[in-house]
Amino acid sequence: MPKLQDEMEGTARVASLDAEHELSVGDPTGIEPRMEGHPPARRMTLNMGPQHPSTHGVLRVVLELDGETIMRARPEIGYLHTGIEKQFEDKRYQQGIPLTDRVDYLSNLNNNLCYSLAVERLLGLEIPPFAQWMRVMLCELSRINSHLVWLGTHALDIGAMSVYFYCFREREEILKIFEMFSGQRMMTSYIRIGGLALEPPRGWHKAVTQLVERLARGIDEYHNLLASNPIWVNRTKGIGQLPLDVMIDIGITGPMLRAAGVKLDVRKECPHSSYEKFDFEVPTRTENDVYARFEVRMEEMRQSVRIVRQALAGMPTGPWQADAPHILLPDREKMKTQMESLIYHFKIVTEGFRVPAGSVYQVVESPRGELGYYVVSDGTANPHRVFMRTPSFGNLQSLGAMLENVLIADSVAIMGSMDFVLGDVDR
Amino acid sequence: MLPELIAENPSAMLIESRLPDAIVSATAAPDGPVMGLSPESILPVFRLLKQEGGFNRLSAVTAVDWWPREPRFEVIYLLHSLQSSERLRFSVRVPEGVVLDSIVSVWRAANWYEREVFDLFGISFSNHPNLERIMMPADWEGHPLRKDYPVHGHKYSYSNE
Repeated sequence: MPKLQDEMEGTARVASLDAEHELSVGDPTGIEPRMEGHPPARRMTLNMGPQHPSTHGVLRVVLELDGETIMRARPEIGYLHTGIEKQFEDKRYQQGIPLTDRVDYLSNLNNNLCYSLAVERLLGLEIPPFAQWMRVMLCELSRINSHLVWLGTHALDIGAMSVYFYCFREREEILKIFEMFSGQRMMTSYIRIGGLALEPPRGWHKAVTQLVERLARGIDEYHNLLASNPIWVNRTKGIGQLPLDVMIDIGITGPMLRAAGVKLDVRKECPHSSYEKFDFEVPTRTENDVYARFEVRMEEMRQSVRIVRQALAGMPTGPWQADAPHILLPDREKMKTQMESLIYHFKIVTEGFRVPAGSVYQVVESPRGELGYYVVSDGTANPHRVFMRTPSFGNLQSLGAMLENVLIADSVAIMGSMDFVLGDVDR
Repeated sequence: MLPELIAENPSAMLIESRLPDAIVSATAAPDGPVMGLSPESILPVFRLLKQEGGFNRLSAVTAVDWWPREPRFEVIYLLHSLQSSERLRFSVRVPEGVVLDSIVSVWRAANWYEREVFDLFGISFSNHPNLERIMMPADWEGHPLRKDYPVHGHKYSYSNE
């Protein structure tokens, strides 16, 4: 019996949540003839999502409408909450890598990298230059991949359908490269604590070179396709604006902040993985609207192509893993012929490795903004706590402020320009 | 008197000059020192850092459960200054049941992060505009990120059915 009561209370609460945003006037139907003086406010509550294609996942936005204008928007999240942070505490450090893939399906490698860097800093592990450059190259490809998906779906939301097909065609080529490296198209788990998961495959240099040439041409083409389209320009210019101090205060990072004129990029601010050796620009705009965000992301793709080209030209040689036999599984051949390697293999598989007690907050620049992993170690082989400061969560917080007093049709364009991934929000 | 580790840190010196006794500890970490604050001092300290220390961004607020050690929770505040590119980490140790001041009045970004900490750890914040669960359903019982909350075998998990 108590359980039943519990459930009833639960439904009642959900119902009342909606009721409080119901029509606040005496005539809920709105058909009564107008009285003298002020016309009655005809507010309507509209539920957008959780299954709405333009929310790119399961985001529910409760909109309070006055005609077609949004008076108030309240994002409701948590539909994709899978307790990834809790699962970390049940895994060994290296076992946490596949979890980082599953947070944000468009920037797996950036998540792999951020978590690995955090644990490596706790361990005091030195990563060889070849592995560092490889990480940079793959992360930049991952950024292009993410921006291509963003561009395709954003354009589709606004009504430009063909761009979607072009973007997904190019994206497929990037995923083929990821598959070539890791055996997986999306959940790569390729960047591991201590280096890379596998030796880079034969022929990677040629494949990436061909891809980059193709991407460089493609990006300019898609930019022209949209920038010279009057419908696109009309739908995106001058909407989705917020004052800059509000944007900073509310926690927005990444391309959205750069489109407002703030040159914040973790790759330049506190370089990791030899980013300081690459020559690239941080594109910014000052218009701070949906169109400016489009331009910033297009320019970022060009800069990523530039970084990948530099990585291809100057890739150092050397090992692809750190020299840390107590952390990294030994070579298969060595494991079967050498006693010491066999012991290390046994110890790593059965016990994992201990990480010195301490905590670290590591940030990288994900395609969406500041991605941070806060890792706490208590000296055992399992993390005590892993917190992910995901860019989508920080950016989505501004949705309520950004959707105030805009038309419903524009809300789709604004949400598209924010480029959030709901898995990244809910974790 | 500041701990030796942060005696030269400009932000720590600023806090110490205005709000003595706010900083209770300092720990070394690979990404810079972590300053421990007393629970009642967080609001004035963060207001000071935002207005005079240049820390115009709050990256995140999160918590760590040290159960069964006491005081049980450690609330972490990650601050960032866009002008000086400096990042600071503050930690506040609180026992179970203590209500912390909400810092939404300082940075609006704290809103969802404090709701998340409330939802997953059960730490309350006073003067928060909308302190409701954010990840779990509104009628959920328990706080999943607490250490005494099981990873498997919760009453709603499939293995019990």
